[in-house]
Amino acid sequence: MRAPSSDLPLVLDEVSLQAGATAILDRLSLTITPGAPTLIVGPNGAGKTTLLRLCMGLTAPSTGRITWGGHAAGAPARRAILFQRPVMLRRSVAANVTYALAQAGTPRNQRARRAAALLERVGLSDLAQRPARRLSGGEQQRLALARALARDPEILLLDEPTANLDPAATRSVEEIVLMAAQSGIKIVMASHDLGQVRRLAGDVVFLVRGTLCEQARAADFLDHPTTPEAAAFLRGDLVI
Amino acid sequence: MSDQLSAWQLIVSGDAALFAIVRLSLAVSLSAVALAALVGMPLGALLALTRFPGRSALVVLLNALMGLPPVVVGLAVYLLLSRSGPLGAMGILFTPMAMVIAQTILIVPIIAALTRQTVEDLWAEYRDELTAMDVSPTGRMTTLLWDARHSLLTALLAGFGRAAAEVGAVMIVGGNIDGFTRTMTTAVALETSKGNLPLALGLGLILVAIVLTVNAAAWGTRVWSERQAG
Repeated sequence: MRAPSSDLPLVLDEVSLQAGATAILDRLSLTITPGAPTLIVGPNGAGKTTLLRLCMGLTAPSTGRITWGGHAAGAPARRAILFQRPVMLRRSVAANVTYALAQAGTPRNQRARRAAALLERVGLSDLAQRPARRLSGGEQQRLALARALARDPEILLLDEPTANLDPAATRSVEEIVLMAAQSGIKIVMASHDLGQVRRLAGDVVFLVRGTLCEQARAADFLDHPTTPEAAAFLRGDLVI
Repeated sequence: MSDQLSAWQLIVSGDAALFAIVRLSLAVSLSAVALAALVGMPLGALLALTRFPGRSALVVLLNALMGLPPVVVGLAVYLLLSRSGPLGAMGILFTPMAMVIAQTILIVPIIAALTRQTVEDLWAEYRDELTAMDVSPTGRMTTLLWDARHSLLTALLAGFGRAAAEVGAVMIVGGNIDGFTRTMTTAVALETSKGNLPLALGLGLILVAIVLTVNAAAWGTRVWSERQAG
């Protein structure tokens, strides 16, 4: 099933992104390897979303280099991204998934079966024929997850997928994410919810004002932060 | 008052000549809408999704062409199709075919300009998702056209309204030949000038009724399909 070439490790080498005079990301170097979920943590405006867009290849860096499994940007066949506010295609729930399957190159005669399996996986089987835009926020996130998983990704990038969800909806999204991680998909997820970091993270990338402040195993980061910024953030102080 | 009465009588009695005129008008205008949609929608989507030098000028031009005077289009098509014109050999001047061509040219800019705006707005919303799914340029166009289908129905209606209501173009290239190229609008103009107000009024009323019916049907379709697809 898997193509021989791999998108991992994902390596960012001295990557900067300028927007006018301000640096959104500043000489950031980072290597993402297979394994437990990596959570990108930091206050709003730290550059989490931008970092995910760069990792997906949606945005090109101003300076620096990004490589996926040793290759410079190619088609994002092995990557998928879940935006903070995913856009639902103006079609049924099932059609949203079959569309993603078609774009991922799934043969036509397998799409219906795979779409049903994916909807089962995210718990939306009962809503398959509903218009996607009528779903609740949590259901839309789960449908977007099904669409992302339809790409059979090696890396799944998620941008605060539970930011606007209630605890029940958050739990079901996290369960799907954990299941994906267990099936071998590398999860890279932005979050500013420390509880979520504790529940999901294998390791943590802590960003402040576009720079990589700290990178550590989740337990080490949460219990023994080495930088004053991380310590302040964990205490709940306002880190700007 | 007696004029209005006889207009109703004409409609109610199902005057054969009158219905032939109605049928031709509808056939010509609906064919023009179909052809213009075939050309204008992909054109509008293409313009919405591409960036090239001079694009803004083209968008302004296209918007301006929505106000193209029908008589000018009629004249241009007349010159093309007349015996001495470049397409004169086809011998289709003063036929319904010529009328369809003229009306198509008239409404392609309307459909293309409205499609361009609709698709561009939807693209702003869809760009990230479609880019992340690595959708090809052709795939983007068809996806956006399909997902904008409810709004694009309005573009088609605008085109149909324009085609069904204009006199100038069909008059010049069709010639208003009785039983062959006479449409509702050219007949209303002719009958009014002849003083046959009952027929003119009857046709006028039917024209308004048809435009209303088409719009109501389109509205119903839109409501129904939005309920189906969101």
